[in-house]
Amino acid sequence: MSMIAGLIDYLRGNEKKTAVVAKERLQIILAHERAGRGTATPDYLPALQEELMAVIAKYIHVDRDSFKVQLEKHDQYDVLELNITLPDKVNSRR
Amino acid sequence: MAKVIVITSGKGGVGKTTTSASFSSGLALRGNKTVVIDFDVGLRNLDLIMGCERRVVYDIINVINGEVSLKQALIKDKNCDNLFILPASQTRDKDALNLEGVARILEELKQSFDFIVCDSPAGIESGAFMAMYFADEALVVTNPEVSSVRDSDRILGILAAKSRRAVEGLEPVREHLLVTRYDPKRVNAGEMLSVTDIQEILRIPLLGVIPESESVLKASNSGTPAIHLDKSDVADAYRDVVGRFMGEDLPMRFVAEKAGFLKRLLGGR
Repeated sequence: MSMIAGLIDYLRGNEKKTAVVAKERLQIILAHERAGRGTATPDYLPALQEELMAVIAKYIHVDRDSFKVQLEKHDQYDVLELNITLPDKVNSRR
Repeated sequence: MAKVIVITSGKGGVGKTTTSASFSSGLALRGNKTVVIDFDVGLRNLDLIMGCERRVVYDIINVINGEVSLKQALIKDKNCDNLFILPASQTRDKDALNLEGVARILEELKQSFDFIVCDSPAGIESGAFMAMYFADEALVVTNPEVSSVRDSDRILGILAAKSRRAVEGLEPVREHLLVTRYDPKRVNAGEMLSVTDIQEILRIPLLGVIPESESVLKASNSGTPAIHLDKSDVADAYRDVVGRFMGEDLPMRFVAEKAGFLKRLLGGR
């Protein structure tokens, strides 16, 4: 719906057409259901986290708690997020 | 190479059997050797829609159990020379079907048929699963209605994850959207999801649109697949669907509102 049409509807006090409501509701519920389908959290994540930590620990001192691996599902793509909080002063071993 | 096509939807009452009957008839009318299988064990109805209910002697379960040969169970269609029907069992329950048995039947049918159309029962339980497991292509029948669209999405998820093609890592099942019971008038009034809306949500290619029509009930009343009806939009729409499935590039009909008498008189569209 164009902005003008939306504005006219608004001024007239028209309610949203039910087909528009149907589409919006479907898009929301299906986004949720698709995200929960199949491998919501891939089973390789814990192993990946362990190995990444091992590699980084070779160079930098980091706490276990300051290390986070997260997978975020979006509509068309997934994001693998790697979050490492470095200590105040980086202790490089080399 | 024979092709296995499943007619599926998840939701019941959207037109799977109507579509199975007309689609398989359309394929046969074009000279393809076609067999249509009813997978709705316990609630068979394809025989009624095809008008062969009084000629059913054996069914798919008899064949799976090795009690009769496939040839004995196949019923020749009364309207098309190239079409055969394999009915579901009315007395057994769904558990009588098993993957090995279905695989064996399909392999045997592939020897002598071009197209094997599987009419899936509603739901996502074993009967529906068996019908879609071996599919090469899927016709997802959807009504312009929220529950039907949601169920179709669920079925698409199952096809993508649990079909034989998915499990064996082959090329995925080719999916086609078929929107049925479509009423352009209500779409224009903003009371019904449009084909574009549905396609946008389900994200699969559109194979056709079947308009809402009184002739579907007339067809089932008389046991004649709708595609055989004279001067019927539904028959035309199903013929288009078959044409597109066979690779023809046909314009999408029945998506716009029919012009009223006055409009036509005044030269409007």
